This record gives sequence, structure tokens and C-alpha cells, in this order.
Amino acid sequence: MTSPQMSAQTPVQTQQTLSDFEIVDRRDFSDVTYLLEVRHPLMAKAAKPGQFVIVMLHEHGERIPLTIADFDRTRGTITLVIQAVGKTTREMQQVCRVGTTLHALTGPMGEPSHIGASRKVVCVGGGLGVAPVYPQARAHREAGAYVIGIVGFRSQDLVFWEDKFRACCDELIICTDDGSVGLKGNVTVGLKQAIATHADIDEVVAIGPPIMMKACAETTRPHFLKTMVSLNPIMVDGTGMCGGCRVKVGDGIKFACVDGPDFDGHQVDFDDLMVRLKRFADQERAAFERWSETCRGRTAAALLASAAAGAPAPQGG
Amino acid sequence: MAKKKTIKTIPRERAHVEEQNPTLRARNFDEVTFCLSPEQAQIETDRCIECPNPGCVKGCPVGVDIRGFVARLAAGDIRGAYEVITETNLLPAVCGRVCPQEHQCEGACVVGKAKGLAPVAIGRLERFVGDTAIANGWTNIPYIEPSGYRVGIVGSGPAGMACAADMAKAGCDVTVYEAFHVPGGVLRYGIPDFRLPNSVIDAEIANLEKLGVKFECNVLVGRLFTIEQMIGEMGFDAVFIGTGAGYPTFPGIPGDNLNGVLSANELLTRCNMMRAKDGGFDTPLPIGTRVAVIGAGNTAMDALRVCKRLGAAEVRCIYRRSRAEAPARVEEVHHAEEEGIDFQWLTAPVEVLDDGKGNVRALRCIRMELGAPDASGRRSPVPIAGSEYEFDCDLVVVAIGTNANPIIGQTSRIKLDKRGYIATDADLATSIPGVYAGGDIVTGAATVIKAMGAGRRAARSMKRYLGLRDTDAVYRPAPSWRERAFGLDPEERNAVRVRVS
Repeated sequence: MTSPQMSAQTPVQTQQTLSDFEIVDRRDFSDVTYLLEVRHPLMAKAAKPGQFVIVMLHEHGERIPLTIADFDRTRGTITLVIQAVGKTTREMQQVCRVGTTLHALTGPMGEPSHIGASRKVVCVGGGLGVAPVYPQARAHREAGAYVIGIVGFRSQDLVFWEDKFRACCDELIICTDDGSVGLKGNVTVGLKQAIATHADIDEVVAIGPPIMMKACAETTRPHFLKTMVSLNPIMVDGTGMCGGCRVKVGDGIKFACVDGPDFDGHQVDFDDLMVRLKRFADQERAAFERWSETCRGRTAAALLASAAAGAPAPQGG
Repeated sequence: MAKKKTIKTIPRERAHVEEQNPTLRARNFDEVTFCLSPEQAQIETDRCIECPNPGCVKGCPVGVDIRGFVARLAAGDIRGAYEVITETNLLPAVCGRVCPQEHQCEGACVVGKAKGLAPVAIGRLERFVGDTAIANGWTNIPYIEPSGYRVGIVGSGPAGMACAADMAKAGCDVTVYEAFHVPGGVLRYGIPDFRLPNSVIDAEIANLEKLGVKFECNVLVGRLFTIEQMIGEMGFDAVFIGTGAGYPTFPGIPGDNLNGVLSANELLTRCNMMRAKDGGFDTPLPIGTRVAVIGAGNTAMDALRVCKRLGAAEVRCIYRRSRAEAPARVEEVHHAEEEGIDFQWLTAPVEVLDDGKGNVRALRCIRMELGAPDASGRRSPVPIAGSEYEFDCDLVVVAIGTNANPIIGQTSRIKLDKRGYIATDADLATSIPGVYAGGDIVTGAATVIKAMGAGRRAARSMKRYLGLRDTDAVYRPAPSWRERAFGLDPEERNAVRVRVS
């Protein structure tokens, strides 16, 4: 994938039929993490770092929010990196192949990240957050900032996109839980190291499971570093209509879909977010079990076993 | 000519209309009120005295020629009645079901003003005509001369649909953009099947498609492309914004962020549009056994009755004013009461109590009494000191209104008013030339028919802006004072005109 051409202003194709969202590429990074590249030229042109999409796999599916991990304006595609944690994301893992289509793909949604004001930026991605932090790192670099990338994985064989991060980061710190590559420990170890070596950091961007974003916010709080986090709570429409994605930020209630998804990490009530993410835990588990019993879910038992080994918190689906 | 009907000779009682048994219907999502049979419709049309100065037409936000269509119906010409309605109202099957007729046409009906008489059931007659049209596949498609103009409509709800129909009839190439994966807007996500079946919405949308209107779903205007891009590089000659007021308000009481507190919009969207109530659909649905719904508008009634149908044992309505002030349609409140909803009038929520695990355990409320009238003319509720009480519940649904959806404001330079709604002039023109707006995104939350009225007004302005003749304006000249003199009806063809000269 090449970097987007920010200046290329081709006229919007108005006669395009927006119902055929073809998957043009798929890669599997691990037994639970996979990448889908979907054709949507209009969205590739409109997307900005920090935005997300709502995906529906089929007519009977649910609408799930997924952060845009990359977009390619010349190829006219957007990239989603998905972790199979719930029924829908596992079903997508089984049925989404190159050449198949998604039932619905709406976006880009949410306010784009503010890029350009900071001269030295740390971009932290943990688990599922590694992919969505990439476009932010690239945009900060293109805006002339000095970018320090910190990415966290469980072990060396789960590492992906190292080359892409190396291409857009001035420094890259890889953290693994088992120490098989880079620093041993989670991303806060890397973040502490970056803060210790650079006194002039303007901004920290942290994306990942809520517990990791909370840890990052607590790490930067004593240093008074501006810390932006990207929240991905449970949503239905993604347009502000349902209010299901409301989060406590400071003293107020914000809707992540239209007021966010980026918020000041020092203001976000992560405990509230984590409780709200479990709103439908029982129904989700029941739906997954029902699905596992059908023929479509034959291999799901194997996936469940691997997921139980310690996947990060679910993001929406 | 048949003997003139008078207020004394018409049937005194409204035609009986079948309804599902309340205990039975509280367990299913089938429609509550059945359509009038042709015989019942005949009885009801007999109740219309075809008065010379019909209040009903003035009471209708879009000015449907009600007397005209009822007269056709009385003559047994249902197709003719359909054509009279569709001159002004594209969606008779929808409006006959969801309009608050008691505040509009039926509220102004001359028959209803007589002592002891109910007004003519105009809504039910309209629905009878609309349903008959759907059943027979009727459409009222005029000859359309292409004008060469392209019009973009943002939002496929009632405002957008009404505007799209008028612009398509004026020969424009109309594209409607919808952010959801199916068109219909609030008709689709907000109004449950027992009040407005999906098949009715599908039929009305199919009618629009027959007019040449194109629907593009999965398009979030503002984010995928902006309003400025639409009238710029995308080449639309005019744009209508009808995005609605979808941004639910929460009461701002302690505990309103707990799991188990959700907006009526969310509940209804999951249940109606995502069809979570049906088997085989993936969207999760919060199901309560003891439910409290805050608010008493139409959305609140829908939420109450949906929860009942989903199997809740107790469903309470919490409203801080009394039944008389409730904004819901009278029929909906009546149906909800029949279905066993527990209405707690003059009660305000104070706090949502949790179970220690982030879920709802109970709701604490306070009793109210009505004080002096406020700015809206309604008597404002005042809390009664020491009257707080709490009851157990596991689901709290909030239906206390909505705010302006911020997306268009965030993504364009269009001028907004102080509350965040789109600012327009009297012709519904916005601050951007060629861009019009109407419906809830201009007025704040209102009704389906008001949104449709706004869509049509905007269409009229757009046609003026584009220099198109207003092809669908129905020519009905107001009678001059001379013709009104001596109580003569100028439209009575065989009346002898008396000239004062």
C-alpha cells in the first residue's frame, strides 16, 4: 500500500452505486487478527486519521464499529484490521474472502484527529490498537512532526506492520509480553522509556483496549503530557442518533460517534467505559454459542479455545 | 341530487373499527388497529356533512383536500379519493396511521364541534384509501417533463421523501442519501411494526422509485462528502437537508449512564430496524422484566408498548405532568392503557440506582403537582417535598426528546441557530445558496406530517430558485368577498350566484 496522495483531488464519482463493498485483499496476522481491504473509492478519498466505519456483514447481521486502519486513495480502498472476539467478528473471519462483499459499510464517521499542531508525538498502539494508530503516526509525520512509535504485542510471531511503522516513525519501540522481541512488558514500559529520553514531547496518542489506554493516560498524567485516546464503545448507527456510545468525559456525557472518537485521555472515565462495553456480554455469549453449534461455526470451537488464551477486551463486535 | 346531509341526519356514532384484543396484542408485533372495511368506510363518510368552509383542510399541515377525498369516497370512488389525497400528500397509508389527527384535521372538524358528536375519523379514512391503493398497486404518477436539474436530498425520512417526490414530479433528477443501510429514516427505525408495518414503508418508497427517485444508502453526508461538495464538484443544482433531530437527550440525573439506561431511539432502532426481536438476527436487545420509560410522547408510548411486547412483566411510564399534557397521540395513550401499562402521571425521576455491578436496580422518583402555567402555556410541574419513593426496575428507557444532530454543522459552514439546528429563512433556505433544510433539523423534534409539510415547502422554494413552474400546486382560488356573501358556497355548482351591484 502506498501513502495517500493528499493533493490528488479527483472529482467525486456521483453515479457510483454504494451497495457493493468488495473485499480486494485479506491477510491473517494471527489466528484471531486479520486484515480486510475493501473497495470504496469515495471513502478512501474522504477518510482522515482517527475515523471509523460501521460494518454489516449480511442482512441479518449487527452493525459494528471498526476503526479505519489505513486508506489508499490511488487504489480506492480502505483497510480494516479486525480481531475475532465476538460472534460477528468470528463469522467475518470465516466468510470474508477476496471477492466477497460486505452488506453495508458506512463512514468515515467521527471527528478526525487533530494533526499538525504537535512537533513531537508518541503514537502508542496496543493489541488491536496497533493498526488504527498507524494512520495517525503517518499523518503526524507528513505534517512534519517527530514521531515515536510504540507498538505492543503478546509475542514476536504476532507482530505485524513493523515495516509500515518503520517507514513513518523516527523511532520505533516494540514491546512484547514475553520479551521475544523488543522490550519485555506492555506498552507503558515503552512509553516510560520514551518519556525519559525525550523531554520535549508535545502529545501522546494511545489506541488499544480500554485498560491499556487507561494505563497510558495514568503514565503520562504526572508529566502533564497531552494524551489523546480513541474510544470504541458499543454503537448502533454511528451518527449520534441512538446515544448507546455515550461516555463520561470530564464532567459531561459525550457521544463517541459524533463528539469523538478521540478524547482527552486524562478526562475519560475508563471504568465506566469498561462496564458499558459489557452491556450485552450475556447476549453476545449466547449468540456466539448458538452460532458455534451451527454448521457455519464448525471451526469456532478451535477459535474460542485460542481466544480464551487471553485476547484483549472486545471492541464493539 | 341526494338530500343534503346535516348535522342532525348523519350517523351519531363513528364507524366501529376492529382492534386486536389488548391482552393478545401485548404479546405480538402485529398491527393494533385494523383497516376499515369498505362498509365501515361508507358509514364513516356518511358522517361528513361536506361543510362549505371545511376546518379540516386548514387543520392539515399539508392542506390535503379532505372534503374532496371524503366526497369521492362517499360516491364509492376510492381511486378518485386516492388521487385527491396524493395531489398533496404522498404517503396516505403512513399519515393515516401516525398523524396526531385530534390536533389537526379531526380537531378542526365541524362535526366534532357539535355536542356529543365525535369528529369524522379522517385518519382512518385516509388509511383506508392508502391501504386500498397499496393492495391494488395504484400509483399517481403524472407526466414528468425532465427539467435537467439534479437535486440531492440528505436523509430519507418523511421530510426528505416529501421533498424528493415534489422535485421528481417537477422533472428533476433526484438522489436521496441515507446513512443507514435501508431507507425510511424515523419511519423505519423509530415507529414499531404494530403502529406502522414495514411493508407500508416499502410500498411508499417503491412509489417514490417509480417517480424516478434514486435512493443511495450507506452514505453519511457530511463525512463521506460535504454539503459544499454536493453543490460544488458533485454538480447538484439544489440540495435539501432533512437529517432530523437525532441526538437523544438524557435526563442528567445521577446514574443515567448505568447499563440498562438507554434512549428510546436505541431500543426502537435495535427492535425495529435491526429486527433484534425476530429470531436469526444478530443485534442484541436489552430485555427488561421491570421497565420504566421516562416521558409521555409518541416515542415513549412506542417504547412502553415495545417493552411490553418483548415480555416485560411491569412497564411503567414516568411523566412529570398529567395525562392532559402528555404530548402523545390520544389513541396511543389509550392503547397503552388498554395493554396494561402503568402510568405514573405527575412523577419525575430523581436518581437511577445501581446494583453494584453497573446495572440498574431501581428508579427513585418524586411526585409532582401542577403549578402556574409556563412559557409554553402548560402548567409547570412542581415537586412535592418529601414525596420521594423508589421501585425496582432493571431497564430505564429515556424518551424525553432529542437535540439537533451535529454532523452537518460539524462538516460544513452552514449557519446554525443558537440551539444547533440549521438556521433558515421563511422559505427554508439556508445560508448556502441552493441549499434548503426542513423537518426536525430546523424545528426540533415534531411530527411526521410536519416534516413532510416542511419538505414540500422547501420543494416549492427550490423550484422557485431553479426557475421551475410549481407543477403540483393545486389551483384552488380563494373566494372573493362577493362570492362569500349571503352564505352561498361558491363551489356549489348549481347555486345561483347573487351579484351585489
